[in-house]
Amino acid sequence: MIVDFVRYLAAILLVIGSLFSFLAAVGILRLPDLYTRMHAASKAGTVGAGFILLAVAAISLDIGVALRAVVGIGFLALTAPISAHLLARSAYLSGYRPREMLKIDDLSGETTPRRKY
Amino acid sequence: MSALELLVHATSLSLGLLLLAMGICVVRLMLGPTLADRILALDTLTTVMIGFIGTFAIRSGLMLYLDIAIALGLAAFLATIALARYLLSRHPLSRDEDILPEGVE
Repeated sequence: MIVDFVRYLAAILLVIGSLFSFLAAVGILRLPDLYTRMHAASKAGTVGAGFILLAVAAISLDIGVALRAVVGIGFLALTAPISAHLLARSAYLSGYRPREMLKIDDLSGETTPRRKY
Repeated sequence: MSALELLVHATSLSLGLLLLAMGICVVRLMLGPTLADRILALDTLTTVMIGFIGTFAIRSGLMLYLDIAIALGLAAFLATIALARYLLSRHPLSRDEDILPEGVE
């Protein structure tokens, strides 16, 4: 009974997660600019991998495996914004300009790195 | 349809979708006009691969694959950080056509 319920739940979570990952990849291919591509990849990709790890946690019925999967989701949700922010900042500062459709540009005065790494 | 059959079909569907997503990431990795696009495509490729390993853990029933997925996520984070630092230290203000995206200036 509980095994069947958990299997249905894991199947739904798996399909949702893989759809999110697929849409992240399509966004990387189709969007026009580095920054818009980064917006697709770092949000939808994280949610997709998170849903799949949640499916693993649901189907295992084991507190150790479920805890490891939840820790993995937390790690993914913690590191994806950091790496996306660092990549966007270093791309901007090393000369990749956004397209003209950008309305607000908070980094416009800051064209060089503050210190040499 | 029993729950186990549904689960097998769901894992097949998501393995196919994730394989397609990995192929698209490789296409962007080859096309990508700038270095930053290639770094982003590598990052997304490893994120999709974490999902692929998780799906394979469910399909095979071996939960040890989960540890591999977590370790891959850690390595991908460090690789993206290192590549972004490399991008920052390469040419701080050079305006080559290699760096500018299409349609700018």
